[in-house]
Amino acid sequence: MITKSLLALKHNLSTSENQIKFLGSSKLTMFSEKLEQQNLFPLTTNKLEIFQVNLGKMCNQVCKHCHVDAGPDRKEIMTRDTMQLCLDAIAKSGAHTVDLTGGAPEMNPDFRWFVEELSKLNKNIIVRCNLTIILANKKYNDLPEFFKAHKIEVVSSLPYFTASKTDSQRGDGVFEKSILALAMLNEVGYGLEGSELKLNLVYNPSGAFLPPDQMALEKEFKGKLKSLYNISFNKLYAITNLPVSRFLEYLVRSENYDNYMEKLVNAYNPIAAENVMCRNTLSVSWDGFIYDCDFNQMLEMRIDVENKFQHLSNFDLNTVNKRNIKTNQHCYGCTAGAGSSCSGNVA
Amino acid sequence: MKTYYNPEDLKKFGNISEFEPNLSKKFFDYYGEVFKDGALTAREKSLIALAVAHAVQCPYCIDAYTQDTMEKGCDEKQLMEAVHVAAAIKGGAALVHGVQMMNKYKELSM
Repeated sequence: MITKSLLALKHNLSTSENQIKFLGSSKLTMFSEKLEQQNLFPLTTNKLEIFQVNLGKMCNQVCKHCHVDAGPDRKEIMTRDTMQLCLDAIAKSGAHTVDLTGGAPEMNPDFRWFVEELSKLNKNIIVRCNLTIILANKKYNDLPEFFKAHKIEVVSSLPYFTASKTDSQRGDGVFEKSILALAMLNEVGYGLEGSELKLNLVYNPSGAFLPPDQMALEKEFKGKLKSLYNISFNKLYAITNLPVSRFLEYLVRSENYDNYMEKLVNAYNPIAAENVMCRNTLSVSWDGFIYDCDFNQMLEMRIDVENKFQHLSNFDLNTVNKRNIKTNQHCYGCTAGAGSSCSGNVA
Repeated sequence: MKTYYNPEDLKKFGNISEFEPNLSKKFFDYYGEVFKDGALTAREKSLIALAVAHAVQCPYCIDAYTQDTMEKGCDEKQLMEAVHVAAAIKGGAALVHGVQMMNKYKELSM
């Protein structure tokens, strides 16, 4: 089981600069060339729908595939001042959904204040909850009630309906705690048929392979979780692991990198490319910079318009919407097969 | 090290069309159709393929269908159960000939 971030280990691939250099060193067709072939380059924006906020890299888990390189040793965390800038930008953005992620976003000391303020803006609010945080400390035990009170949509990772596959990706004992947390969410009404409280699960492959058909897997997850643990949920999102941060390090260390990337390139789907999430999403980092998506954020590929990096302190919707979306070789992860986004398939 | 089987050759399967394009096209079209969702799901077909791969002891097929079943959402227990199905049939096929052996034994015995 890993317990430290790549950053704490001073790993070569802990810096975005080295990751980008590594991704660019293979002989694979450039992602931009693929886009050019279907007249999509440079990739431009559609109407902004989702405003994603990364509240910090601190997390109670150290998952092997984490593209954030999150963990207990990460101290980067969004301040209340930056949250206020988010609130101002969200009010002007026209986005219908605010997606809160991390790390474990609930570990940010101002998380509850932020959610309460967000609630006043009448947006659909998503919290990407890793489940185990609910049981990590007494002060988090009431999160299901807190989520319910603010009609939060809860999105949680569960890579499989068995302990072995879940724990091999997310850490020893995570499956058991996740099931307990799911039961607590069901208990207050989340994920139940007819309930307006949405509980969606996320499947990520526990290794160097692509995700299965989302609908078939959802059916299987629903059947198994119900029959084995009496757990209910709404949708399952099947998400492809992108070669960023810890998953990139895993691919390199396990000598799966070349085959995995080849698989992603061969599975390039032009329809998925047209519908990639970065076209209708903005992603904000803990320190208030604006990115096309959470993956570009972790690779520190800040959006720029007229050679100026965009920060929340001077947020202007028209300006950021004029941008060309930044792409690199990791983007093949979002265009493979049925495509992949923070809400699952896109094609 | 030089071996009879090279894992890299699996990726070159399509190259068999180089020597005989028409038959190879018919084969790959047929192959593609066989593995689509039908009365059996693509996932069930992939598990059957994995079992057969073990029965015919094809290393290329074992690599290919281990990955394919994983990409169809199967876990290690399901994969191993499929291999046991192959082993049971192969073992059973050997053992059922024991009846023939017994018949012959009895025929030759007083």
